[in-house]
Amino acid sequence: MKTFLPNKFIIERNHGRCIHCQVCVNQCSYEAHYLDPFSGEVKSRDRNCTNCHRCVAFCPTEALAIRCSPLDYVPNRNWTGEVIEDIIKQSESGAMVLTGMGNDKDHPIYWDKLLLNASQVTNPSIDPLREPMELRTTLGRKPDRLAYDKATGRLITKLAPQLTINTPIIFAAMSYGAISLTAHESLARAASIAGTLYNTGEGGLHKSLYKYGANTIVQVASGRFGVHPEYLDAAAAIEIKIGQGAKPGIGGHLPGEKVSAEVSVTRMIPMGTDALSPAPHHDIYSIEDLAQLIYALKEATNYTKPVIVKISAVHNAAAIASGMVRAGADMICLDGLRGSTGAAPKIIRDNVGIPIELALAAVDTRLRQEGIRNQTSIIASGGIRNSGDVIKAIALGADAVAIGTAALVALGCTVCQMCHTGKCPWGIATTNLALTKRINPDIGTQRLVNLLRGWSLEIEDMLGGMGINALESLRGNRLHLRGVGLTDTELEILGVKMAGA
Amino acid sequence: MKDLNRINNPHGDDKVNDACSIFGMMDTSGRRFGGGDIIKAMTLMHDRGNGLGAGFAVYGLYPNFPQHYAFHIMYLSREAQQEVESFLQDQFCIDLAEEVPTQPTPAIVDPPLIRRYFALAHPHRLEGRREDDYVVSQVMRINTQMDGAFVFSSGKDMGVFKGVGYPEDVAQFYRLETDYQGYLWTGHSRFPTNTPGWWGGAHPFSILDWTVIHNGEISSYGINRRYLEMYGYHCTMHTDTEVIAYAVDLLIRQHELPLEVVADILAPPLWSEIDRQGPEKKEFYTTLRQVYGSLLLNGPFTIVVAHRGEMIGLTDRIRLRPLTAATRGDMLYLSSEESAIRLVSPKLDRAWIPMGGEPIVGRLKASLPTKAAKAAVKESISH
Repeated sequence: MKTFLPNKFIIERNHGRCIHCQVCVNQCSYEAHYLDPFSGEVKSRDRNCTNCHRCVAFCPTEALAIRCSPLDYVPNRNWTGEVIEDIIKQSESGAMVLTGMGNDKDHPIYWDKLLLNASQVTNPSIDPLREPMELRTTLGRKPDRLAYDKATGRLITKLAPQLTINTPIIFAAMSYGAISLTAHESLARAASIAGTLYNTGEGGLHKSLYKYGANTIVQVASGRFGVHPEYLDAAAAIEIKIGQGAKPGIGGHLPGEKVSAEVSVTRMIPMGTDALSPAPHHDIYSIEDLAQLIYALKEATNYTKPVIVKISAVHNAAAIASGMVRAGADMICLDGLRGSTGAAPKIIRDNVGIPIELALAAVDTRLRQEGIRNQTSIIASGGIRNSGDVIKAIALGADAVAIGTAALVALGCTVCQMCHTGKCPWGIATTNLALTKRINPDIGTQRLVNLLRGWSLEIEDMLGGMGINALESLRGNRLHLRGVGLTDTELEILGVKMAGA
Repeated sequence: MKDLNRINNPHGDDKVNDACSIFGMMDTSGRRFGGGDIIKAMTLMHDRGNGLGAGFAVYGLYPNFPQHYAFHIMYLSREAQQEVESFLQDQFCIDLAEEVPTQPTPAIVDPPLIRRYFALAHPHRLEGRREDDYVVSQVMRINTQMDGAFVFSSGKDMGVFKGVGYPEDVAQFYRLETDYQGYLWTGHSRFPTNTPGWWGGAHPFSILDWTVIHNGEISSYGINRRYLEMYGYHCTMHTDTEVIAYAVDLLIRQHELPLEVVADILAPPLWSEIDRQGPEKKEFYTTLRQVYGSLLLNGPFTIVVAHRGEMIGLTDRIRLRPLTAATRGDMLYLSSEESAIRLVSPKLDRAWIPMGGEPIVGRLKASLPTKAAKAAVKESISH
């Protein structure tokens, strides 16, 4: 069938600079570059280009540039090019439109409408170059009070297991299979060097990564892929994944092409078969079932590890979160509307869920109203782009944030949204060994550690500016936020005042 | 006097930026003394305030009413007085109600009506609550729900005297130099930068017999307050100092932690210091920070917290506000400036500047000197 889809991008090759060395040909996994055997010149197929920048980054003579195609449709606010092309795709495939990464729609980004405070005159700002600045964070269930033995001067209360991280940023759940083993290794090593955590996602834990267990959150999701006693024992914490911001309410699908030999062993499924996670956990049809799974996992690990429950941010997230805490969740992870994915139906990614800022504020407020905020830690994720977003999330009430896309960008990702094709030229969202070796884990680790360091330094600077030298004094401290361009209702839900007030 | 209590403030950003002078003096032998010295000391530090609020707390104040809660209440109107008095009559057994003696002072303008009540809780009103909890909830009720009335002192055998003015004027107004004696005095003078002078907004802040005087701005106020709200405290007084009083009440009275541990919660050691401790201490401090991190007081502060028989001085962890401590015989002095201590006691055994976050604790050496306190001690032992 002749496709009606126009090309999205135009590859511009500067013929004066191109030396026909074929680096671009070798780098492009979509075969957008080829050697013309008749002329001996390297040429391009614009149709195949995803604008991932791989060729541009590696062209030795800077001969390449990529532009968005100037081909416009007749201007129409309703029938945009995207809408038209989705219909074209579906009329040619008869399928759901799949996509990768997070929601790219024009929903409000509340981070950009929240502004931070700084000290002037009455309160000295603190200079992190000269004064201590503390970002250390502990995650886990806390009691409402401590019992103290006056005779011995010791604490009687013993805390439930806690996770200590050096910066309030952890890596979000991304499964081996959705991303490559080299990417996973980079995340694991970076987490262990930076003193934070990464998350296996639903893909099991590759044997070579068990040694990073102290910095690993292992996930138990609806498919139960790769879940066995050693897997649970290896981890610092266990996460029950109920939902994911990019695709609330539906399951997961790892295409059989991505289920390589190693993925097959790690997930404990036959090679080449689709890994289909059910939409719900078929042993969790209600809150009391969740409590049973939480305690089953705690029993299985002898109450040595905190259990996290992850949900996508949906309309009644606050009430759900309250139930989760009462069901025994030591931490809750909220994944917002802009959370990413390796593959999801585009219609779901773009239309289901609510922004993380509103969900986070509502959950933190609700748990405080019910007097159970101490009993859990909140991890916020879904569209955290920089340290400004991190610190605003903390001020709204998050104990820590999880970053997925930002971490992948550090490894080379350019957010071209083609993860679902399994051909990631950067070696990230692929299990093709020829591509995955493009990530050198030594370098990948360094890039991730650098990112965490850079953000942490920025957080310290902003914190010091507010006259605060320990992160716990900003956590849930919404007085350090002001809103701009928000309605009264939005301000009320966020629990912040309008700038100037 | 404006009634700021009734201003609706849903976001709760009502902290006041303060710079101030503070002074505390205590005779650890329990000997009671007059207000002359502390007034002199506060007057010396006149320039640290701006005349928009000053106050004093005195312990060992009412030896004739040792077991009574002494309520000091400000009224904006006779209606408020009638409403509160009928409420008090209903909730408590009032053994003496009188106007707090004052004298006209040129610098004190438009004072509210100030009365005091010596009250015992009706046992049948407690409904299973502890007496202290009952009193706290009644005080909260008056301060949040009754127009034009404000309870600014509610402890036993102690009292707070405060208002809008410089400390020397407030002291003169309340006749503190001549009329009262106590074994522990604290004093405060304010330099508020963003609220009009309000009588209730002057320090010390008090709940039961806890008083707090504070120099500083608490940049962690937002979370301190939200944490305390989970435990039923309502911040009504439009200043960040209030959270300190409630935090101390929560930790010491409700959670039964000693003052030194409370200091480790409000101004904990740095993680780098904790990491250098032995395993037992490391776990101790780590647990405190994990559980009570939301009560860490951040930003610059010096506080002096007092209650029956005890006084504690504390600065923030990196000592961004001044505190000098000194001893002479049985006397312990705490002051924003050493000069104020030297003025009232030129010869000192020792004068020093405590480290940031290091608590300076003064305690009565023996049981309290008054009948009141002796009974009180017995009572606390029997608990």
